[in-house]
Amino acid sequence: MYSETTIVTPDVLQQPLQEGQLVINVGPQHPATHGVLHLVITLEGETIIKIEPHLGYIHRSIEKMSESLTYRQFIYVTSRMDYLSAHINNLACAMCVEKGMQLEVPDRAQVIRIIMSELTRIASHELWIGAMAMDLGAFTPFFYTFRERETINDIMEQTCGARLTMNYMVPGGVMYDLHPEFVARVKSFVVQFKSKVSELEDLVTDNIIFRNRTVGVGVLSKADAISYGCTGPVARASGVDGDIRKRFPYSGYEKLQFEQCLDSAGDSFARYIVRIREMYQSIHIIEQLIDAIPEGEFQAKTKAVIKLPKGEFYTRVETARGELGVYIVSEGGTTPYRIKYRSPGFSNLSALNHMAKGSKIGDLMATMGTLDLVIPDIDR
Amino acid sequence: MEINHSASQNTEVFPGAVMDLPGGGVVTSSFQDLINWARSNSLWPLTFATSCCGIEMMSTASAKYDFSRFGFEVARATPRQADVIIIAGTIVNKMAPVLKRLYDQMADPKYVIAMGACAISGGPFFYNTYSVVKGADHIIPVDVYIPGCPPRPEALLHALITLQDKIKGGLTREQIREQSTNPSL
Repeated sequence: MYSETTIVTPDVLQQPLQEGQLVINVGPQHPATHGVLHLVITLEGETIIKIEPHLGYIHRSIEKMSESLTYRQFIYVTSRMDYLSAHINNLACAMCVEKGMQLEVPDRAQVIRIIMSELTRIASHELWIGAMAMDLGAFTPFFYTFRERETINDIMEQTCGARLTMNYMVPGGVMYDLHPEFVARVKSFVVQFKSKVSELEDLVTDNIIFRNRTVGVGVLSKADAISYGCTGPVARASGVDGDIRKRFPYSGYEKLQFEQCLDSAGDSFARYIVRIREMYQSIHIIEQLIDAIPEGEFQAKTKAVIKLPKGEFYTRVETARGELGVYIVSEGGTTPYRIKYRSPGFSNLSALNHMAKGSKIGDLMATMGTLDLVIPDIDR
Repeated sequence: MEINHSASQNTEVFPGAVMDLPGGGVVTSSFQDLINWARSNSLWPLTFATSCCGIEMMSTASAKYDFSRFGFEVARATPRQADVIIIAGTIVNKMAPVLKRLYDQMADPKYVIAMGACAISGGPFFYNTYSVVKGADHIIPVDVYIPGCPPRPEALLHALITLQDKIKGGLTREQIREQSTNPSL
């Protein structure tokens, strides 16, 4: 049924070791890799000499699959790619198809899309804080962050029908209109978030153990962040102002007031702080929009069968992890000829070796944790 | 799916008869029933997740759903200390030997739950893929299947309770297989 695959052993991959060096494998089954990432780490004592990530343990051939799905269908598979930013993934694909069709999206749909994207971003960052605190040995923040996350999941479920893989964005708008209780529930979530986030900050931000383990650990300079192609909070913590929502505004972000959260330290703690501040900015964006959702259509009129003209189309969005690019090559038919995703996690992971080299192995969990890796997004 | 209610009936209470005596009582039970009763209430899951279903598994561990109410509290990172492996997510060709090795490393008795459409049959990745294993039961035997993409936390809780019922019912998967291959038993 499945082809024979042998587990790669370090001696095949590595240069002959020098005296005193040691190779350890982290993963593919390891609680701190958040999935099935496999790191082959060369150590000298406790100091990391080299990290070699091995990918493909969750390569599901999504790009190849998409070539046999229609322009309406392929969007749904991308919910499973970066499942913590499912809405934003769907949005990127829907926008790319709309670009090909030269379709105008109604205002109401645009606003709904932004609110959903920002709620997703908060949920993703909440989960990340809980998971990373768990990597560093603190279990309690996990319960605090999941309390807020569950509230968002309930809101999503009410409108989209699913908690995690929402599949809400379609070419031309969104699939359904908002649930009648949506606005009230989002407002109560905003109140809840503002009153409870300080608990989290008390627990984590000012925690002396957390600070000792993250400040100055895994430093990535601005020049390196650019040359490795890092995006999202990882790049912004190093001072790269590459937020796609600001640089290449889409879906109406240009009309909104929000800050691009930058930090200059580039260490693990800066990446944490950037994400915390981003959650506040997302709340700020939601507050601007929630009382001003325009009336009207939630979906533009489209034909039942979508055909894109011959050509190449590229869109980019800012997911919770960074820049997601969708590149469609169309031959004029109902299915894409080729689809390529530029996923943020892949390039962020490529900087890991550079960031962790020379540090102690105990610091690796803080460095890797703050990269916020979602392995199905990297492997696709 | 039908649950074996005859199995669950004797699990609501302690498996055995209680004889009241002045100043106390005596419990009679078979040793095997007692072991199974204890075993079913202390299943340690392996923290194994390949994709989206793992997030719902984390939700199930969080305070709102809280699977520690049913004895699944102690999630272990090593297969050598785990009783049940919840296959949360897609299994691809490169992961298949790893999953097999993890299963082999677990100590008997061991149980497997296939969580989500991918672990059951490949799910959304059934057609037109070259790398996805079409169901985890091609690699290791599965006790309980949970449909959904991803399943709700309640569905995972239901699966865990179903597994408990199965264990309390008396026979492990190996015993069932032994019986079916050896009619003399």
